[in-house]
Amino acid sequence: VSETLVHVGAPEESASYVPVSGRGARVRSGLSTTALYVACIGVALGLSAALVAATGGSPSSVFTAMYDGSVNGWGSFGYTLDNATPLLIVAIGTVVAVRAGFFNIGQEGQLAIGAMTGGLVALKLGGPGPLVLILALAASAVGGAIWAGIPALLRFWRGIDVVISSLLLIFIAFQVLSYALNNSWFLQEQRVGRGAVLNESDQVSSHVRLPHYGAYPGLNFGSGLVIGIVLAVVVAVLMARSRWGFKLRMLGLNPVVARRAGVSAFLIGGTAVMISGAFAGLAGGVVLTSQAYRLTPTFSNNVGWNGLLVALIARQNAALAIPVALFFGALQAGGSFLSTLNVSTDLTNIVQALLVLAVVFPTAFRELQRYRRGRAQALAGAAGTAPAAVGA
Amino acid sequence: MSHDITTILSSAIRLSVPLLFAAMGEYVAERAGTLNISVEAMMLSGAYAGILGSSVTGNAAFGLAWGMGIGVVIGLIHGNFTHRLQVNTFVVGVTLNVLALGITNYLFASPELPLTPRQASVLTVPVLSDIPIVGKPLFSERWPAFLLYGLIPVVWWIMQRSRWGLELRSVGENPKAADVTGIHVNRRRRQALVWCGLFAGLGGAYLSVGEVGTFNSNMTAGRGFIVIAAVIFGGWTLRGAVAGCLLFGGADALRLALPALGYKLNPQLLIAAPYLLAIVAMCFFAKRVRQPGALAQPFERGAS
Repeated sequence: VSETLVHVGAPEESASYVPVSGRGARVRSGLSTTALYVACIGVALGLSAALVAATGGSPSSVFTAMYDGSVNGWGSFGYTLDNATPLLIVAIGTVVAVRAGFFNIGQEGQLAIGAMTGGLVALKLGGPGPLVLILALAASAVGGAIWAGIPALLRFWRGIDVVISSLLLIFIAFQVLSYALNNSWFLQEQRVGRGAVLNESDQVSSHVRLPHYGAYPGLNFGSGLVIGIVLAVVVAVLMARSRWGFKLRMLGLNPVVARRAGVSAFLIGGTAVMISGAFAGLAGGVVLTSQAYRLTPTFSNNVGWNGLLVALIARQNAALAIPVALFFGALQAGGSFLSTLNVSTDLTNIVQALLVLAVVFPTAFRELQRYRRGRAQALAGAAGTAPAAVGA
Repeated sequence: MSHDITTILSSAIRLSVPLLFAAMGEYVAERAGTLNISVEAMMLSGAYAGILGSSVTGNAAFGLAWGMGIGVVIGLIHGNFTHRLQVNTFVVGVTLNVLALGITNYLFASPELPLTPRQASVLTVPVLSDIPIVGKPLFSERWPAFLLYGLIPVVWWIMQRSRWGLELRSVGENPKAADVTGIHVNRRRRQALVWCGLFAGLGGAYLSVGEVGTFNSNMTAGRGFIVIAAVIFGGWTLRGAVAGCLLFGGADALRLALPALGYKLNPQLLIAAPYLLAIVAMCFFAKRVRQPGALAQPFERGAS
């Protein structure tokens, strides 16, 4: 019945099939799960180190560089925070959609469209700086929401899977952005003197930028981080406490019950998908007004995909997205220090991907073990009694 | 004029061949109910492994085999994570794409692995290639492209006539029913992913070893996603997937050829065309064409 339910990441720990007997067993299982986590992360890091060593690098100096670049000192930590900010914002929105049972994976494109609409306001609209900034961020959220609204609409109008249409729309979004940056009447930079005109937008004027707190040697971060954390807390509270959050979760956990209870999948689900798009778009606006300052054809630069990964690791938990996003941010900030060692910064992507696999493996593996044990017991029990439907 | 048409057709076919190889894998995987966006990872690593293999062995054929091998490895990883450990297929897909992009870029930049690739030679079928207009595009290609003439019917036969193919389709259509009849749902899906890796890897290797003769950073540039779009555009039929690949290869060829011929058409529109057409196809053929019933839905015995 719950076919439309989306299983994200591994199944929840709590959904155990067999009660673990006694406190001792539970502690043992907890310990060995921790050991498994440590082992998996060790394997992931070991593989990365082996790759570095095999290509003639020094794993220890790579580690030192990544440590220096990400958490060694307040200045580096600032880089980590700035890298984590857009990932966090994307992830929070994604969590909302996943909770409602809709799997939007088009953040990469929604972010590009959000940055484009935000950039349009930031570059073309005159007026007092702070007002234009707020309008630009709002426009980026609206842009992302509209782009995510297309899969939502197709889902309820033609029954097309949100996953597929949001995936395909990423590549259309890239071309929309490219079109905007190739036409001077749209967003392409204005010619200055005789310089060549690139496929980029002009820089956002300094009045229309998000304030940055602190300066390099000390702790420093963009105010986008504040936006991200506030949004994470608000969303976490709303989902846990509000009527809207309750309907959202009901829809995600059991669409049939939700329909019987009068929860409109179109309203609640469609809104959830659009909210996830709005957050991705907002992340684009934040990157534009606090880090990049100008639009380029490759503006989204995997931020949407990485934010999606953060959400999937945080597993439907908006608050948990904060540490996961920080961790990803640290990896990226550390990775930017690798170029000093003549080691390709692509190592960051490798480490990041291996760590994701290492983090999803243990819970999934435990769940599989518990599930198999449960089946074995059920089958053994059924063999003793009359033939019964086993396991449905 | 006919010379121009032949040129554009040649380029369209050439650009379609890697897509067609990968689509022969992705079609099977999607029919088995698994939507693996890691097909991009398979193609990209296949492209790199192909060049690496042909550099190490000095033989283009071995390069292609290396590409297929790495595709199988990725298929195995994806299959075991999604259809054994039940990790969400998009988590695994996104991760593998990031991993493949990282590793190929990293190794490509590494001075320890100098590449001296061999390119597959052009094979011209004597009489058939003299047919006006279509002869040259269809019968004068890098030799691995001719494998497609055999592969497409074989895939059709396997999916429509063999027991394995029937089981794959049933697993994609209604896994619960398939399970009840004794088919090991997740094993079939893992096998479908290995099959997908085999041919997506070959498609990637054809791109590098066959067509271009070298490797570039992020060489496939989203071709894996175009393949997914082609399978969707084709309404999950083999015929449709082949048509989709040819059409999308043609759009790419037009984009490259039109400026030279003096026509002006929005290049962005042509790049976006595959994805737009796939969405439009899903919208308008929704009644007639149906996706595999359990596409991208995990299956676990005993879980309702």
